[in-house]
Amino acid sequence: MDSSKWYDIRDLSNLSSWILENLDKVLPFELVYVVAALIGFVASFLLFVLPSQLYLGVYGERKIIGRMQSRYGPNRVGPLGLFQPIADAIKLIQKEALTPTSADRVVMYIAPIVFVAPAVLLWAVIPFGENMVFANIEVGLLYFLAISSLPVIANFMAGWSGNNKYSLFGAMRIVAMTISYESPLVLSLLGVVAITGTMSLAGMVLWADEFKIWAGLVSPLALVIYFICVSAELNRTPTDIAEAESEIVAGYLTEYSGMKWGLFYGMDIGYALAASAFAATVFLGGYTLFGLEQWIPGWMIFIGKTHLFYFIFIWTRGTLPRLRSDQLMEFAWKFMLPLALLNLFLLITERMIWAEQDYEKGFIYLFAVVNIALSVLLVWLWARFNGYKPEAVPMRPRLVKEARGYVPTGEAN
Amino acid sequence: MDGFGPVAAFWVLSGLTLVSAGGVMMSRNLLHAVLFLIVTFIGVAGFFVLLSADFIAMAQVIIYVGAIAVLVLFAVLLTPRAGRDNAETKWALPGMLLAVCLAAVFLFVIHDTSWNTIDGDPAEGSLTAAALGNALLDTWVLPFEIASVLLTAALVGAIMLTRTPEEEAEDALS
Repeated sequence: MDSSKWYDIRDLSNLSSWILENLDKVLPFELVYVVAALIGFVASFLLFVLPSQLYLGVYGERKIIGRMQSRYGPNRVGPLGLFQPIADAIKLIQKEALTPTSADRVVMYIAPIVFVAPAVLLWAVIPFGENMVFANIEVGLLYFLAISSLPVIANFMAGWSGNNKYSLFGAMRIVAMTISYESPLVLSLLGVVAITGTMSLAGMVLWADEFKIWAGLVSPLALVIYFICVSAELNRTPTDIAEAESEIVAGYLTEYSGMKWGLFYGMDIGYALAASAFAATVFLGGYTLFGLEQWIPGWMIFIGKTHLFYFIFIWTRGTLPRLRSDQLMEFAWKFMLPLALLNLFLLITERMIWAEQDYEKGFIYLFAVVNIALSVLLVWLWARFNGYKPEAVPMRPRLVKEARGYVPTGEAN
Repeated sequence: MDGFGPVAAFWVLSGLTLVSAGGVMMSRNLLHAVLFLIVTFIGVAGFFVLLSADFIAMAQVIIYVGAIAVLVLFAVLLTPRAGRDNAETKWALPGMLLAVCLAAVFLFVIHDTSWNTIDGDPAEGSLTAAALGNALLDTWVLPFEIASVLLTAALVGAIMLTRTPEEEAEDALS
């Protein structure tokens, strides 16, 4: 940013540092620290938590899925049902949180806390703008992966401590699934690290800005693998076998009620948002948009990209049926892992070729075209090899006639 | 180590790590022991951060907490009679002897090492991810490869050990 006046909201750190500098002259040192924390809390709440967590995460998700399934969604509380998340939160807080007598009380109490803490820690390395990153560490990508491997332990604690066989099933399933999907996830991100040559998230945004291309276009296969793996790890609906209502009541959450359950529910959305923000940073160029960030504040672009990615989460949730547990495991080991390895091999080869050419700018666009073509080919070939034969156009709704449903005339058979 | 922050962090982390390490030994419930073990791992990762070894700290959390501890949890769940406590074992005396020997070795090593301190920022030197990668694939490439071969052998061995005769017969047919 060329100017750094306090009213320049393209980078909000200008405003906050202006406030803090002026406060420093008036207030004693310790109080400024407290005020800084308060400013951070209020700003992050207004900028991100309120619009994203409450209104995209809770309200928007229900509303959009409702429209996708030909329902209205929440529409009773307030205009257009806009106060529904607030009403839900009040209801959850005043509900009694039951603890079964045979449960492990301490572990059951700690599990929601262990689940919430990493969700907040994750945001430390996400760059919202050029100077709007809390901890710009060299290994930001690894930090994100490390912290996002913690909630599974909380899920496990929740499932085990309830002393209920369904919650134990849920705990087993989520542990097995996390182990399966962690390896393709890390391998796909390793490819991106190889091509960008940095593990710092801010560095990746700068890379995308310098070469004017998104890493998601250079490595489309990595983007797809990341999306599927992360939606499996986060228990989003097409892959939420750990809390599959049709099979094991509510999985690891069976014995939870009230706000303890609410923390799990709310932070599930928090993790999905964090994963979206991470994907927007790594794959979609973060707070840059091909020069447009000179006019539009970068943090708005970033939040827009995050919401775009989150919308795909909602979309898959609203349209795809839930997979079976063994199908999901097989998909990870037999389909995703070989593809992730091939993708890594491809990207590292390109990185070597690129290094020979002194990192010339034109090559990256060539790689993008080649990679998109190769990715489509690889997925198609590997699916054929494994025996999946998806229909391009489903000719008729299957089993509808057998179930005595309505089949439009002229489209049958 | 200077300033209030690092010193306070050191003492908090020491307390956390030691208390939870004690919890691993003391807790009667095997799953509680594993959960304490996870806290110990996180405490050790905190020490790595204090030593400016960010990469090793992150690797510690990913590998020990994210993978090994989760696998241990999984293994405990799949073990029959995992809920029994471990009081009446006849291996108590040999175990204590082994612990004393180990403690002696560790104390000797701690006493014998000359603990050099370096002024300035050690992260500039040999602890960055790039430097570690270069060291692994350059100077120490042979031990690195041997370790990977060993792990592959262990993997294949584990699969062979856990196969049932029925599965062997099935594979022989196909």
